[in-house]
Amino acid sequence: MAESKKESERTDGPMISVRDLRVQYGEREILHGISFDVARSETLVILGGSGSGKSTLLRALVGLQKPSAGQIWMRGQDIADVTHRGLDEIRKKIGMSFQGGALFGSMTVGENVALPLREHAKLEESTIEIIVRLKLDQVGLTGFENYMPSELSGGMKKRAAVARALAMDPDILFFDEPSAGLDPIIAAGIDHLINQLKKAFHMTIIVVTHELASAFLIADRMVLIDKGQIVAMGTTEEMRSSTQPRVRQFLDRVAESEVTQELNYLQMLTEGIAGTSRMAGWKRGL
Amino acid sequence: MEPLAKIGELVTDCLAYLGSLAFLIGGAAYSAFVGPFRGKPFRWQRALSQAMEIGVRALPILSLITFFIGLILALQSAYELRKLGALSLVATAVAISVTRELGPLITAILVIGRSGSAFAAEIGTMRITEEIDALETMAIEPVDFLVAPKFLAMVVMMPCLTIWANTMGILGGSLFGVAQADFTWVRYMRSSLDALYLHDITTGLIKSVMFGITITAVGCYEGLSTSGGAEEIGRSTTRAVVMSIFLVIAVDLVFTALFFFAGES
Repeated sequence: MAESKKESERTDGPMISVRDLRVQYGEREILHGISFDVARSETLVILGGSGSGKSTLLRALVGLQKPSAGQIWMRGQDIADVTHRGLDEIRKKIGMSFQGGALFGSMTVGENVALPLREHAKLEESTIEIIVRLKLDQVGLTGFENYMPSELSGGMKKRAAVARALAMDPDILFFDEPSAGLDPIIAAGIDHLINQLKKAFHMTIIVVTHELASAFLIADRMVLIDKGQIVAMGTTEEMRSSTQPRVRQFLDRVAESEVTQELNYLQMLTEGIAGTSRMAGWKRGL
Repeated sequence: MEPLAKIGELVTDCLAYLGSLAFLIGGAAYSAFVGPFRGKPFRWQRALSQAMEIGVRALPILSLITFFIGLILALQSAYELRKLGALSLVATAVAISVTRELGPLITAILVIGRSGSAFAAEIGTMRITEEIDALETMAIEPVDFLVAPKFLAMVVMMPCLTIWANTMGILGGSLFGVAQADFTWVRYMRSSLDALYLHDITTGLIKSVMFGITITAVGCYEGLSTSGGAEEIGRSTTRAVVMSIFLVIAVDLVFTALFFFAGES
């Protein structure tokens, strides 16, 4: 009884809840204590420049990168502290679309989409074939099940990858740079697809990107990450009207050198070099 | 102290490497032989296609190489045996050296070149293109899905290839025997069979299974530990080939010594 009450409390709460997440590669800490929530049926876009730690955050969220500290609660379970089997059970309910598609080159598009079904669902082969056709139809790739991934264009590969991510009817869908490497028209098609999925299936969607136009088109809320920390978080409107310098720099596409102050620049050049501290001190006195 | 520390570091690195190989192949063996009895899927189709690639497609080149090796062995041993007037021992010399040593070894070297390198390149590419990550996010264990079918195919195909290699080697030797040493085909084959004991063949086959396990472990491990860009795939493949050749010869030495001291030689 207590167990079922606890379960119902969990389903009412956020779909994903990240608390003080830290990730280290060797000695270097990439994420310095990140916390945020994602509500059910919400689309959260994680924005950030190259090397900001956004991809590491995504890898941690799907359990590909073990956090050094903190918790990631997904549908009420902490994936940072779950057994291997437990993590697999959670993974069966999530879908992930990788940057390059990550389709298996030795299998046809149809076999790629069928793979999670063949591995996890005990279904008749004819049922699997129907599901494959349905999923490919949902992403606009009707009739492409017998093509090899190498025969598809970049945009089609991404669509096929989305179809594979949808195969197990996940509650949560992750996208890594969905429009990277695509021309604006194809990229707009992928954005449209994400919005369609959101409307049709009320999925919780998390998108990591640095493409601003696409981010504003698909997001309910946004998180801006810089140097492994959350700089700003809010709805698209809140982000647009933000006056925070780092947000403005990112949204207005201002190059790094234009905002680096003279003093900081001198400090950066002289830091840790013997005999230069006096010079920095002198500059600070100005 | 400095050189000692370096030696210590080298030894621990080597042990760690061997440990990783053992861990990987242990996982693959579990998945291939125990997993199916515990509700995990048995991927026989993947194992079958690997067996075709490792075994059947290697037959033409393996046949040619081992035929030549048999012929070369006959020529080399005849060079000495002729001086002793014992040219009729050519068949015995070829049969024993091929079945006990060269058959399994040449097969292993060929399989390293064809399949060990392909394992490293295939899995390394999958690592770089995030396909391994994709497997993990789909709750499919990469060792079960990729390594176990290769392991199973290798364990079955290596002894088969070795038997074939032994036969072709003896046939190669017989060409010299018939052309130069007054043998007839039938008499050459009978001499070869008379020279062989069952344990000559079985020790070679046991070694071939161990070689197969070593090649799978190194090829898959190097592929899985690929990181970085496309150029790393080339490095992984090279490392897989060099390390496999070294370890196959080391395993050969260990097992030959084992059979020798166990009194089976």
